[in-house]
Amino acid sequence: MIQDLLVQGTQMALVLLLAPLLTGLVRKVKARLQRRRGPSLIQPYRDLNRLLGKEVVLSENASWLFRTAPYVIFAVTWVAAALVPTFATGLLFSWSGDLIAITALLGSARFVQALAAMDIGTSFGGIGASREVMIASLAEPAMLMIVLSVALIAGSTQLSTIADYMASSAAGLRMSLALGLVAFIVVALAENARIPVDNPATHLELTMVHEAMVLEYSGRHLAMIELAASLKLLLYVSVIACIFFPFGFGGGYAIGLLCYLVKLGVAGVLLGVFEMSIAKMRVFRVPNFLGAALMLSLLGVLLLFVSGGM
Amino acid sequence: MIIPALFCIAALLCLSVAGAFFATTPSGRTIVYGGSLLVSIASLLIALLSIGAAPETVTLPIGLPWTGANFNLDPLAAFFLAVVGLGSAGASLYALGYGRHEHEPQRVLPFYPLFLAGLNLVVLAADAFSFLFAWELMSLASWALVMSHHRESGNAHAGYVYIVMASFSGLVLLLCFGLLAGTTGGYAFSAIRAGHPSSGVAALALLLALIGAGSKAGVVPLHVWLPLAHPAAPSHVSALMSGVMTKVAVYGFIRIAFDLVGAPTWWSAVIVLAVGGITAVLGVLYALMEHDLKRLLAYHTVENIGIIFIGLGLALAFAANQLPAAAALALTAALFHVFNHSVFKSLLFFGSGAVLTATGERDMDHLGGLIHRMPKTALTFLIGCMAISALPPLNGFVSEWLTFQAILLHPDLPQWGLKIMIPADGALLALSAALAAACFVKAFGVTFLGRPRTRAAGQAREVDRFSLYAMFGFAALCLLAGIFPGVMIDLLGPVTQALTGTHLPTQLGLEWLSIVPIASARSSYNGLLLFVFVAGSASITALVIHRYASRSVRRAPAWDCGFPDPRPITQYTGASFAQPIRRVFGTVVFRAHEIVTMPPPGDIGPARIEKHLSDLIWDGIYAPIADVVWRLSLALNALQFLTIRRYLTFVFAALVILLLVLALWQ
Repeated sequence: MIQDLLVQGTQMALVLLLAPLLTGLVRKVKARLQRRRGPSLIQPYRDLNRLLGKEVVLSENASWLFRTAPYVIFAVTWVAAALVPTFATGLLFSWSGDLIAITALLGSARFVQALAAMDIGTSFGGIGASREVMIASLAEPAMLMIVLSVALIAGSTQLSTIADYMASSAAGLRMSLALGLVAFIVVALAENARIPVDNPATHLELTMVHEAMVLEYSGRHLAMIELAASLKLLLYVSVIACIFFPFGFGGGYAIGLLCYLVKLGVAGVLLGVFEMSIAKMRVFRVPNFLGAALMLSLLGVLLLFVSGGM
Repeated sequence: MIIPALFCIAALLCLSVAGAFFATTPSGRTIVYGGSLLVSIASLLIALLSIGAAPETVTLPIGLPWTGANFNLDPLAAFFLAVVGLGSAGASLYALGYGRHEHEPQRVLPFYPLFLAGLNLVVLAADAFSFLFAWELMSLASWALVMSHHRESGNAHAGYVYIVMASFSGLVLLLCFGLLAGTTGGYAFSAIRAGHPSSGVAALALLLALIGAGSKAGVVPLHVWLPLAHPAAPSHVSALMSGVMTKVAVYGFIRIAFDLVGAPTWWSAVIVLAVGGITAVLGVLYALMEHDLKRLLAYHTVENIGIIFIGLGLALAFAANQLPAAAALALTAALFHVFNHSVFKSLLFFGSGAVLTATGERDMDHLGGLIHRMPKTALTFLIGCMAISALPPLNGFVSEWLTFQAILLHPDLPQWGLKIMIPADGALLALSAALAAACFVKAFGVTFLGRPRTRAAGQAREVDRFSLYAMFGFAALCLLAGIFPGVMIDLLGPVTQALTGTHLPTQLGLEWLSIVPIASARSSYNGLLLFVFVAGSASITALVIHRYASRSVRRAPAWDCGFPDPRPITQYTGASFAQPIRRVFGTVVFRAHEIVTMPPPGDIGPARIEKHLSDLIWDGIYAPIADVVWRLSLALNALQFLTIRRYLTFVFAALVILLLVLALWQ
């Protein structure tokens, strides 16, 4: 019991500590590919530290919702991230929410964020919120279809059980899983506001979505939102690693942790390379991109029946 | 306990008479709404006590001479009686304050208790005659309430469409019961059950029930009356119509489909699933295009009815294949959603009524910034919005989660039609859930957040305490049902036991109050822990940051990328918020298109953008029918101006023809 509690606590601390590092790694890779030296890996920590110490400049007609939203968004994302097996399966509280609940928790965070964007009553807030919900209205069904196909294969929606099943020899190579992985990556890019759906480095652009929503935030509120965004990226990478690359869960915590760090590193480098090799899409081409993910995931579910035992 | 339940209905009928007498006196409102509140609480308690008890029946010597009026209180009836009791108690409490603003109470007060009596009677009725009588009583009383503000524009049309569709629904149900009673003519439910209709008759009766009860519940494409009629009524009645009356219609479907017709066929489940999925997605898309707050909520009821019918279709599919455990799970999910929707939809209609009272506006493009002026209403409305968007840890998520768990069991089914249909329904369910979140970001964001768009919105005042009690009560229920879903699932145990032969495992004894519908390795959910974790980590983080990092705040004008515009008109409106979604989905569903008129260079006239939407269901189905009826009545108009001699000739001819037909028949 004590040990389980300790593992769960370590997990919560670990995701919180590693999240800015992953963001820093992606930035570093992108900078190197642009032949810049780029900020150091720990720059996100410095940014957070500085933002936390600054005063909050609050718009005159901001309501209580605007002020509480950053903490709620952060807490919801953190709890969701704590439920994903990173270096060990069977966490103490992992049964309190399955993969559907994790998706829905992220939906709660998005709901609050979109509302906070509309609270000030600026047109940038509105543009961000309305585009975010449009993207989510396609990304969320695609995500749930992926969950459906994975759950049908593993016979469970619990991430721990899924990871154990995928690591066993029973899983094998399946077409549905390949389609699911592609769809999952598309969804993850959209949900984390990465290129080609949104540009995390942009400001003062009419194409921005996530940044438009958080435009009015400053100081500690902004720090919370930035940290939540990093956590969300880490969460998606962890879920992908846990379902599709479930290596290293069986052999003790040290090996698990090492494997997890390697997975994060590979994912960060791949994300950086991918973002540098593709251009941002027009907003109204995003539905086609996400619609393809939705169709792929649906196809994955249907293939499960067509291929029979495969 | 059935006799006390019938006494409650008698008390409501007495209140209706009292309402007619005291309507114009100052105490009339208190008598009617206070009395309805007490009776509703009594009937709620009766229902809760009898949900696990053995079924009771009683036959009164009224109604049809050879059957009498049969009433029955079994677990299914008790559950729906509880939903009706809870919804009407909330609406009555709300109306104690809200009814003060009614200009013509004599148009509302006599019909309100009558409507409640109709709702209760449908649930208790145990023969076709009493059922249809109660059904029509419910329709007519609610029609009178819809027409209470008949001079406002659009309301007369709404009432007309409603009465036509209500008659249609009554007619179809009449056919359904006639078919079930068969040639022996046993109209009591017990006789119908004993009759064991053949599978063809059973399937036809089920489809008729889907059309008849479905049109009252609002399944697409029979929903057209709903977004017209629900908003036209006073807000507490809107809450009852959307939150409770549609559930009574669902009850009618469940009673016929699961209880009366016997074993279902799998292809009827495919039809129910298809109808449910289409209803869910179209309902929310229609809602997204709305900018009238009450119409948006009414369209959204259509979506939730779709979700309920998906659950019911799943239950039928599993029951048809002798998988009682899965059927019990799907039915539990559907009934849980029935309860959830009755709570949060009532809450949201109360909120929209409060906004209407405070500002006189239903159009959200004339509102905004109400969170500052009406903080309590805003908080409860926000909870309702989050619950209806299926966000954890509130109650809407639990029922949708259970529906997904039921969907995951579909590989056990042998039929290919179901194997393809059910994942497609899963995708539609997920799509409707995501669109619902978009819809309620819009509803709350445009109405309550931002800056006031009109003077009326800027001068709104918080509503009276009775309305607030009702709203806070229902908001608390949303949270409680979300973090203690096990209580609700256990309560539904006897109902699914009676209808599918089994029930979900008892949830209350589980560790940490989690819910585990099948097995813990498969799936489990714990709303309580998630709520505690989120609330705990949010407040600890806030405390730590305020203690150790910074706590200072400076108020300044909005940043808005350096170009803040003080005019509220620069904010996003409901239409502009929905524009991206309109472009993605609306071009197909609504044939939406935009016409942009740009002034030529050098002209300083304004540029204009016009959007055009067409309601394909109205244009494609209802308009042609109305057109045919119109032409026919024009053609028959000549009959109106004949002499008495000609009329007598017609009567004689009709008589001769009928007798001839009868003679040939023999």
